[in-house]
Amino acid sequence: MTMQAASTEIASRTAAIIDEMKGLEGPLLPILHSIQDEFGYVPKDALPVIADGLNLSRAEVHGVVSFYHDFRAKPAGRHVLKLCQAEACQSMGSDAVAAKVKQLLGIDFHETTRDGSVTLEPVYCLGLCACSPSAMLDGEVIGRLDDEKIGEIVAEVRS
Amino acid sequence: MIPRIYIPADSGALALGGEKVARAIEKELKERGVEAKIVRNGSRGAYFLEPMVEVATDKGRVAYGPVKPSDVKSLFDSGFLTGGHHKRWLGAPDKIPFFAKQTRLTFARCGINDPLSLDAYKSLGGLSGLQNAVAMAPADVVSQVTESGLRGRGGAGFPTGIKWKTVLDTAGDQKYIVCNADEGDSATFADRMIMEGDPFVLIEGMAIAGIATGATKGFVYIRSEYPHAVATMNKAVAIARKAGVLGLNVLGSPNAFDMEIRVGAGAYVCGEETSLLNSLEGKRGVVRAKPPLPAIQGLFGKPTVINNVISLASVPVIMDKGAAYYKDFGMGRSRGTIPIQIAGNVKHGGLFETAFGLTLGEIVDEIGGGTASGRPVKAVQVGGPLGAYFPRALFDTPFDYEEFAKRDGLIGHAGITVFDDTADMLKQARFAMEFCAIESCGKCTPCRIGSTRGVEVLDKVAAGIEAEKNLALVTDLCNTMKFGSLCALGGFTPYPVMSSITHFPEDFKPAPARVAAE
Repeated sequence: MTMQAASTEIASRTAAIIDEMKGLEGPLLPILHSIQDEFGYVPKDALPVIADGLNLSRAEVHGVVSFYHDFRAKPAGRHVLKLCQAEACQSMGSDAVAAKVKQLLGIDFHETTRDGSVTLEPVYCLGLCACSPSAMLDGEVIGRLDDEKIGEIVAEVRS
Repeated sequence: MIPRIYIPADSGALALGGEKVARAIEKELKERGVEAKIVRNGSRGAYFLEPMVEVATDKGRVAYGPVKPSDVKSLFDSGFLTGGHHKRWLGAPDKIPFFAKQTRLTFARCGINDPLSLDAYKSLGGLSGLQNAVAMAPADVVSQVTESGLRGRGGAGFPTGIKWKTVLDTAGDQKYIVCNADEGDSATFADRMIMEGDPFVLIEGMAIAGIATGATKGFVYIRSEYPHAVATMNKAVAIARKAGVLGLNVLGSPNAFDMEIRVGAGAYVCGEETSLLNSLEGKRGVVRAKPPLPAIQGLFGKPTVINNVISLASVPVIMDKGAAYYKDFGMGRSRGTIPIQIAGNVKHGGLFETAFGLTLGEIVDEIGGGTASGRPVKAVQVGGPLGAYFPRALFDTPFDYEEFAKRDGLIGHAGITVFDDTADMLKQARFAMEFCAIESCGKCTPCRIGSTRGVEVLDKVAAGIEAEKNLALVTDLCNTMKFGSLCALGGFTPYPVMSSITHFPEDFKPAPARVAAE
């Protein structure tokens, strides 16, 4: 979802999500996940609606959203590629994998290519530590990355 | 009998091409007009053999692996549906040395059947622990767990039974069971494997915990990096609810227990129990000061058992076979079995469940088979990003909570990352500080500021700027972090840093010498 929705629409869709989930115990994280699933990010315009709906201050909601790495302030690219940079993957050359992917895509971590095709992110462990180095492309896991697999990934995100 | 083919759908197997293999097998069956049932099981945990495909024959299961899509045609040609020989033939799975040497209690069922088949779960002894528990007084269930000697498998090693007793003895209109499935430590994947490969054992363990302590509601907090585990657990909970394993009358007893799956949001620190509770409540995942203990004032201020996945998943076997049976395995004060996860640059990576007491050398060299690169092992990090780096000189250390502590290390969640001789320990020490800076919750100063200063000072060492003076500064800083931090993130980051400096001093020599050596 790369199109940014208008603020009134964001407010009404956010309100619907809150209505559905506010009966949960500790509903804020599930609500934020649903909002990100809906819009592809957590729009600024959603925050006051959440604050109202859950009887929190805007500062509290902002504090929670900004604490967690997962919640985006703006839409990601059409694909999201996460490269594991934790120790087990380091031991199998994840540094070199990251350098190669960055060079092929022409972007650094936390950046999106200019054509909006892919966002590149580091991740600290996918639990694939006996299949290192590993990555996740749009939620699908990939292990034992080598030049061939890197080539396939880059071709896929560019197509 | 229609042949049954088992193709793992565990994330690790999928990451190695499991889905492509499954599609190739389906296609081949269709083209040949052969009828067979495909079962998507979990993984048994030998990732060097994944995707490991198994076939049920008259003489039992026969395994093949690692199977590539290009192997599928020849597998059919070799008659693999009846166990025929092929270059990927491994024979009976439990005779494969990696599995034959294990003692599987917690992982007894993991990866054998369809993880979402409750009938398959029951056929292999599932639910008998819960059946026993519902017929017992809560205090007796707690004392069984205490007597078994089970200690928290998340890393802290606190006796599980004592935690439960505190919750049982604390009055509360509502109590909770919280399962910590925020398995963020690199080299660990045991929680993921259980959730994807045998989810009902975790549900059963949580239900027993609920009955033992008077808690009626459970939460599993799973990290968002595990989408497959989240999906499997959600389905398993729905199945368990429908079958009456969860609900107002657990297995027809007067005990009520139900649970929900919650997803984290990418914060490593939420693996710390109090920040996990804050996160579940919908707050910033900031660490809480203790006391009060979560057992007394936990989730929403109510008495709460918070245990790791493996601790809870080990309870059913204890309640089924008895405390004495479980306690009989292990050494010293480390009782029972531990699922060791062998990872990183290693030939035979995977999950190896065994009684406590194997030496680090046996695990890395004999079971792990040395490095994947074929180069000499330089260091192994035990216990994730907060664990110490051990050199070969300490490979005689037995796998035991106290023995590792004696050597300034920890076993943590029992993950082991192997590094070959190309590893630069200064770089690893710097990463430990950098990771702490990225993931610090920011509540306490030693962790929040100390980690950033640690990166800067180690950069100076790497640049050869007053190396000796700066190393003394890092040592002092580590001391402050170790004793001044509120939780294990800041408090244990010194382990990888100091162990690197202590055991691999040559990697911290001033830059000119390092450059000259390269």
